Order: sequence, then C-alpha cells, then structure tokens
Amino acid sequence: MTLRWDVTLAILAMAAVTYLCRAGGYAVLRAVRTPPFVDALLRNLPAPLFAAYVALALSRQDLSAVLAAIACGLAQARWRNLGVSIVAGVGAMAALRWAGM
Amino acid sequence: MAPSPPADYTRGMRVIFTRAGVMRGVGRSVPLLLGIAPFGLVVGVISLGKGLSLAETILMSGLVFAGASQLLALELWSDPPDILAVAIAAFVVNIRLVPLGAALSFWLDHLRGWRLWGSLFFAVDHSFALSVAAHRGGERDAGFLFGLGLLSWVGWAAATAAGHLLGAAVALPPTHPLFFAATATFVAILVALWRGPRQDVPPWLAAAGTAVAAQALRLPAPVPLLAGAFAGAALATLTEGRRARARADREDRA
Repeated sequence: MTLRWDVTLAILAMAAVTYLCRAGGYAVLRAVRTPPFVDALLRNLPAPLFAAYVALALSRQDLSAVLAAIACGLAQARWRNLGVSIVAGVGAMAALRWAGM
Repeated sequence: MAPSPPADYTRGMRVIFTRAGVMRGVGRSVPLLLGIAPFGLVVGVISLGKGLSLAETILMSGLVFAGASQLLALELWSDPPDILAVAIAAFVVNIRLVPLGAALSFWLDHLRGWRLWGSLFFAVDHSFALSVAAHRGGERDAGFLFGLGLLSWVGWAAATAAGHLLGAAVALPPTHPLFFAATATFVAILVALWRGPRQDVPPWLAAAGTAVAAQALRLPAPVPLLAGAFAGAALATLTEGRRARARADREDRA
C-alpha cells in the first residue's frame, strides 16, 4: 500500500479542479450570467475533446487499433451500452493480435 | 420574530432532506452499478499499467470520482507525474459538470452545509439526469440526489480497486489487448455523443486534425489534446451561431 507524495499531490490537484467544476458551477452560475458564446463553447467541448483523444491514441497505434476502434464504435451504435462496446473493442483487438496483426 | 409557518399551498412543494430520501436514491442507483463496473475495471487496470499502487488508485477514485477525466489523466501519466498536465486534463474533461450544479438548483438552493457541498461532490451525469426526472415526477426529497451519488461513489471506488487487483493477479504485459480498453471507452463515448453528420463531422475532424498536427509539431502533452478540443468546440459553436441566425432570418422573412 504505497502512497508516493508526488502521485498524491497530482491526485489532490485533479480532485481540487474537479470539485471546482462541480461546486464552483453551482456557486458562480447562480450569481453570474456567462456570455452565450462561452456557454455554447462549454456545451460543445466534450465531443471534440474525445475526438481529439481518439485521433491521438490511434495515431500512436497500428492498423489493428483502428479496426478494433471501428468494431467498438459499431457495437456502441448498435447496442448503446458502454460495457458491451468496450468488450467488443478489446475482443476485436485480442482477435486481431491472435491472427498475427 | 419567529419565522411564519409555510402557507398551506407551498407545503407540498417544500424541499426536504431525509434518510428515507437518501435510501431511495441508493436503491435507484443499484442497477446503475452494472454500467459503472466495466468502466471502473478499465480504469483500475490502466492505473496498474501506469504504475499506480492500489492505495493511489483508490485515492484517485475516491477524491476525483469522475471516470473519463481519470482515464484521460492516466493516459498522460508519467513517472514522476506532470501535476499541471493531469490537472488541466481533469479540468477540461470535467468542465461539462459546471452547468450541472446550477441546473440542480431546484433542490440545492434549499440545502446548507454538508448536505449542499456533499451533494455537489457526489453529483455525476447520471445522478443529475435521474434527479431532474425525479423532480419532474414530484420528488421533493433532495436526499435522493445524495443517495444516488453515494452508492455510485462506493461502486466506482470498488470497481477500480477490483480492476487493479485483477490486473495484478494475472500480470498483464504492456502490449496486452486489455489496455486497448482505454481507447475503446473513448470511442464508445464519442459514438454515444453523435448527433448527425452536419453538426458533428466538421468539428470532430477539426479536433482530430488539430490534435494530430500539434503532436507532429512535437508540442508537449496535453497541448495537442487541448488544441484539438478547443478548435473543434470553437468551430461547433460558430456554426451553431450561424445556423441560429439563418433560422431567425428565415422566420423574419416569413
């Protein structure tokens, strides 16, 4: 059960900004109206963030990762269940590796 | 002067916070554990892969309690960790939580102290959605929100711990297909956020292109990720505004 001080500090920093998002939003947005552009930017941030993440992750892996990602995306579109989609993606990756890719 | 008792017509609307409400929330979130478990297992396995100890994994899940941001921060993890990079990553992923609290004001405005700040700590996407639905259905006990989050929090910490223990028990090599689970999780989240080609293809391509270009320029993490995210969000926001103005113009002419 090791707890390194630098890792703990990183976790505390993540926890602080996350709580700021949870509680700060309630405390601030009740009092202040944010400009509509900022509102829309925050609303539109999650999907492009994940798109950028997936593009970066796939750019650092091989073709089998792209194929497994397609399998995972199709599973999500078909069944709309995060657990099933993750299993489909990992399963496709395992099958491709087993096939020698 | 003593506060006057509430008028009869407002009595049915009064927001309360009771143990019974908390327990109702806990009960309602039991089926949600099925959705939390696989995601938590993935985060636990990846934590192990990035060299976090079991105690550090549980600490992160218990204090941060936001799966996508934990997974993203772990992807950027180094030894020693770049504290600024992981904090920025957590902040950007969790910006979506900012409007949640404000939207729950129908209950939160009536709470004080640990009930208020604790409810905010436990608030996650699904407890927010279920609370809005319950409020519309006549629920007036704010303990419901607290209870929903409480069991999800316990389940999340337990699932990530289980993932860490499981990964350690089978001693996974770094190239094991199971580590693809991180990418798979974000692919699935992305597909779940899909609205339609005209709305989503341009900003998603802008995000992907900007991120990969920034990486090719050897900009340090998390700059490529953030540059991509904000480029895509800005494009989506601009086209959204243009579409709204075009619609207003058409209505003016009609």
